[in-house]
Amino acid sequence: MPDTLNLPYTRLLDPQGRPVAELPAWATDPELLLRLYRQMVLTRLFDQKAVALQRTGRIGTYAPTLGQEAIGVAIGALMQREDVLVPYYRDTAVQVMRGVRMEEILLYWGGDERGSAYVDAAVAEDFPLCVPIATQALHACGVASAFKIRGQHRVAVTTCGDGATSKGDFLEALNVAGAWQLPVVFVVNNNQWAISVPRRIQCGAPTLAQKAIGAGFAGEQVDGNDVLALYARMQAALERARHGKGPVLLECLSYRLGDHTTADDATRYRSSEEVKQAWQEEPIKRLQAFMASQGLWDEGREQALIAECQAQVQQAVEAFEAVTEPPAEAALEYVYAQWPAALAEQREMLRERAERRREASHE
Amino acid sequence: MSEKKASLLEAINLALHRAMYEDENVVALGEDIGVNGGVFRATAGLREAFGIKRVIDTPLAETMIAGLAVGMAAQGLKPVMEIQFLGFIYAAMEHLVSHASRMRNRTRGRLGCSMVLRSPMGAGIRAPEHHSESTEALFAHIPGLRVVIPSSPARAYGLLLAAIDDPDPVIFLEPTRLYRMNPQELHDDGKRLPLDSCFTLREGRDLTLISWGASIHECQQAAEHLAERGVSVELIDVACIKPLDLDTLEASVRKTGRCVIVHEAPKSCGVGAEIAASLYERALLDLQAPIQRVTAPDIPPPLYRLEGLYIPGVDDIVAACAAVLDYA
Repeated sequence: MPDTLNLPYTRLLDPQGRPVAELPAWATDPELLLRLYRQMVLTRLFDQKAVALQRTGRIGTYAPTLGQEAIGVAIGALMQREDVLVPYYRDTAVQVMRGVRMEEILLYWGGDERGSAYVDAAVAEDFPLCVPIATQALHACGVASAFKIRGQHRVAVTTCGDGATSKGDFLEALNVAGAWQLPVVFVVNNNQWAISVPRRIQCGAPTLAQKAIGAGFAGEQVDGNDVLALYARMQAALERARHGKGPVLLECLSYRLGDHTTADDATRYRSSEEVKQAWQEEPIKRLQAFMASQGLWDEGREQALIAECQAQVQQAVEAFEAVTEPPAEAALEYVYAQWPAALAEQREMLRERAERRREASHE
Repeated sequence: MSEKKASLLEAINLALHRAMYEDENVVALGEDIGVNGGVFRATAGLREAFGIKRVIDTPLAETMIAGLAVGMAAQGLKPVMEIQFLGFIYAAMEHLVSHASRMRNRTRGRLGCSMVLRSPMGAGIRAPEHHSESTEALFAHIPGLRVVIPSSPARAYGLLLAAIDDPDPVIFLEPTRLYRMNPQELHDDGKRLPLDSCFTLREGRDLTLISWGASIHECQQAAEHLAERGVSVELIDVACIKPLDLDTLEASVRKTGRCVIVHEAPKSCGVGAEIAASLYERALLDLQAPIQRVTAPDIPPPLYRLEGLYIPGVDDIVAACAAVLDYA
């Protein structure tokens, strides 16, 4: 089905890192380019480490970000501190840039709720990652409604995958965002695969961006492996939302280079040729090639950066592994603001159970 | 401080006005709650008093209403949402069960979910299909939620104010059959009632009658009938279904030795089963007869020609009490 709506599609760099359009002035700012590049490299190294930790049984199931680093990094580079991120579960890049600590991300996937407590005040209002598909889109609309009710110039940014756009929650979120012109940016991370279901059978529309049109606001596509294009369009979307001009939907075309999670095996449902092709378009090499063409990058700097990022990841792993087991009480401590007196018996039951298990383990 | 007769519906309206007046973080949202004042008029006058930013007519989408409330609550607003009828709540369940009830736990207290979901419940008003449900047990099973069902104007007023104050999500179910029945003197004094205590409506020696919601009405009549026969009934309105004040129920049953539980919801896995099991755990040797439950059968609420058969009647309650009293 052809895209008869002719929605905008933005790409600034081709897969070889060559400009295909006139670049904005900031696109040659060495400081910005290095920041974007560094965060993408850090995200990938962290991701590799997290998968390795899962393989060796030190964390549980993990959802890799591999191949989608540019999307999160562009969002993270542009959101203001007072904005609120309402992520899904493949958002390591943006969460780390917002202030979530890498050891917290490991702690979450390592089976501990403290991984969503976020000690950094910069992310005190950000949502934890969200497992039930697309539900977070509505939470973002609630956050944006609160901004609007209070007359604050803040933006809620929410992310989801391509599969999520099939859910009622996503469509209801678009609908209310349009009806109320909420300050919210929907970022669809179209990585082509919802576990084993490919994009082409997920939805009959030629683009996912056009779902915004039915809700009465702007939708557009952007090359999700081109961090400069993402930066440009995300900047415009945030600007628009912040100034009361309504929501935006950005469909970022990327590819999930990894498995859905560490519990998945993508070779069961997609060809190695397809994945090999997708690697030709991945975001890190693209920016690296562009930076090299600008005289900003070389092998020496690359090796130094990798060493620096690896040390940072290693520090996070050590911090994660230094966290002691939560006490039994932690299981019920936050279920209610205060554990109800009427349920005191159950608190006692849990305490006794923990005590019994502790004793058994000492025998 | 005004003092006049108010129906349960008017009591809710008064409590909403007071809560919104006292705390600017309280916002009301739902379908038809603004201009129209709600299909039952529970929110009448709120929009005029507090404006369209705080009294919000939403698009017609229950999932969205609940999801929005989760986001608003995370920002420190106190959303009081209305789901027009309890039979339409299923679309909102994922947000209640997977997010509202867990956000505090998931984030170790970093984000809370102080919200109230109001919805009319129960049969008996000759309404169309899906307008007559009593599904309190679905919510009572979910850790992190509170479930409250008032049965009088005064309790509706005091419990709703307490529910709005509460830092955790509260499912507040309003029996439609009682909405306009028996207006009572009501002091609009802002006084809250506790969210984890039963209310003993009538003290007695011979039998404990436990109920909540609309069935309290029939239980009161049954207690009168039994009193005429010389039976002293202790009638307890559970009111707060989750968490459940078992101590009060246990003390009463230890005193009377006999117990009948009445609810309009279907029997299997109803809240009556939870109460009966808990009383057997705590007070078996004080019981002089098996606990009886008077409930709806395990059927969907029939359309209105047969809905009278669905609702436990005074006759059913009196018969169950007689059986328990006559037991051995």
